[in-house]
Amino acid sequence: MPPKPRLSRETVVNILLALMLLAFPLGASAMGETFYITLATRIVVLALAAVGLNIALGLGGLVSFGHAAFFGLGGYVAGILSTHAFNAEPLLFGIEGTTSMPVIWLVAVMICGIIALPIGAISLRTTGVYFIMITLAFAQMIYFFAVSWPAYGGEDGLSIYVRNEFPGVNTAQPLSFFLICYVLLMLALGLFWLLRGARFGAALEAGRQNATRLAAVGIAPFNIRLVAFVVSAMMTGIAGALFADLNKFVSPSMLSWHMSGELIVLIILGGKARLFGPVAGAMLYVLIEYALGGITEHWQFFLGLILLCVVLFARGGLLGLLAGKARHG
Amino acid sequence: MAEPVLEIRELRKNFGALAATDGVSLDLRPGEIHALIGPNGAGKSTLIHQISGSIRSDSGTIRFLGQDMAGLDMAARARLGLGRSFQISSLAPEFSSLRNVMLAVQAKQGSSLRFFRPVMGDRSLTDPAMAMLERVGLAERAHLPAAELSHGERRQLEIAIALALGSKAFLFDEPMAGMGPEGSKSLTTFLDGLRHEAPILLVEHDMDAVFALADRISVLVYGRVIATGTVDEIRNDPEVRRAYLGETA
Repeated sequence: MPPKPRLSRETVVNILLALMLLAFPLGASAMGETFYITLATRIVVLALAAVGLNIALGLGGLVSFGHAAFFGLGGYVAGILSTHAFNAEPLLFGIEGTTSMPVIWLVAVMICGIIALPIGAISLRTTGVYFIMITLAFAQMIYFFAVSWPAYGGEDGLSIYVRNEFPGVNTAQPLSFFLICYVLLMLALGLFWLLRGARFGAALEAGRQNATRLAAVGIAPFNIRLVAFVVSAMMTGIAGALFADLNKFVSPSMLSWHMSGELIVLIILGGKARLFGPVAGAMLYVLIEYALGGITEHWQFFLGLILLCVVLFARGGLLGLLAGKARHG
Repeated sequence: MAEPVLEIRELRKNFGALAATDGVSLDLRPGEIHALIGPNGAGKSTLIHQISGSIRSDSGTIRFLGQDMAGLDMAARARLGLGRSFQISSLAPEFSSLRNVMLAVQAKQGSSLRFFRPVMGDRSLTDPAMAMLERVGLAERAHLPAAELSHGERRQLEIAIALALGSKAFLFDEPMAGMGPEGSKSLTTFLDGLRHEAPILLVEHDMDAVFALADRISVLVYGRVIATGTVDEIRNDPEVRRAYLGETA
């Protein structure tokens, strides 16, 4: 074995990023700047959605241009369940709504898994550009369904009047809600790290590098990819539920292809297949949005320039710049 | 005569008007190295692809260990014990040599749907993988990404992977290509010993290696087997000399 430093440079960068992300809202809270806590929460929730996508896109090389579907579905689960609870009218078959976040997350995970399974099973019969287009098509179907379904606000979206509850925590307080999101992000990162290091991750990453090689050792790429796609969708779904609670609002825009593109941009900015790539990407993205958005409404033009530079000169994204090339044992 | 391990009958594959495989029949018997030779474009690689399942045949049968391979994809055939190397090395380039072999060990052990235990600390994966790298002489390169290996080393790595799969027959497509004379020589010695583990269907242009190793040779020309026999029979076959060896021998 080659000599390995106790902590790799990437680990140090990751720890610093995690601490910065925690320190920022704590400081803002101490100074009573609620807005910055919300900003940090936005980073954390977008990062969580992108960690989910990173399983499919980063590890598996499956460029899903339809992950907004799962992000939005998670959001609608939160919105619909809380609306029914708020209005005290039962959902289908007499099932009650709920304002409990853990229950909402569980439902979001199940719904996203159930929807992702057939979408993945069909989409994964294709590769490359066709895969991108077919995932986009599925997401757009769900988008237009939400737009045209008046029961839950249609195009206007659905408001969540009071943020959903978490046992023992006052979620109306911005810092508490941030901490819930932060803990979930850390758990998701832990799961991503475990998956990547396990046999599943080895097969998934080998399939990204060379699907023929994977098949030649007797592992069917399709099965591995389908599981990755479903797990990826579930994680993005939880982020969607949190996003709805953050904004106290869910609308079809969460399901639109802009959102899918945004999630991909986060990963490219941060560094794909890297553990903290989505975190770094979300930090950079939201800061650009905030800093440039205050100066010009055409801030996305500058985002485009930055993205261009990353793709041309820093293929490994922000993590690649900070921590060097990815290593595989 | 022992049952053949691999039995190919009347196999065909057309690409448009081109008959790449035109009614090929051949056997691979236990313990033998069966060399497949022929000029460029004779259809050798197409035949290997058909046997391993990466190209679907138009007609004909392939039986492996008595089982019909029709309808089985490449992954399923690999699981049954059909190990292959590729004409152009096909590896996971970002993974180290060790991880490439570990992938095969993991595949052999069963399901890859295991989500939590880290592979790098798993001795049941690393130990057999390391042993295979040692057998092919790549142990020193274990931690180098496959992309950084030389051509010859990638060939050795593919063979280590096929070994790790516990293959019951090997399909090697030009394993000597890109190797220096030293490398070919040591690989020849290695393959010579390997035939007792599992028979080898060997596509190879290096005639010294073919004549040194082969128990039987089949000559493929324009998708047809024009002759099958021992080294001496093939050397003295007038049709083979005219079609192929005449240019080189």
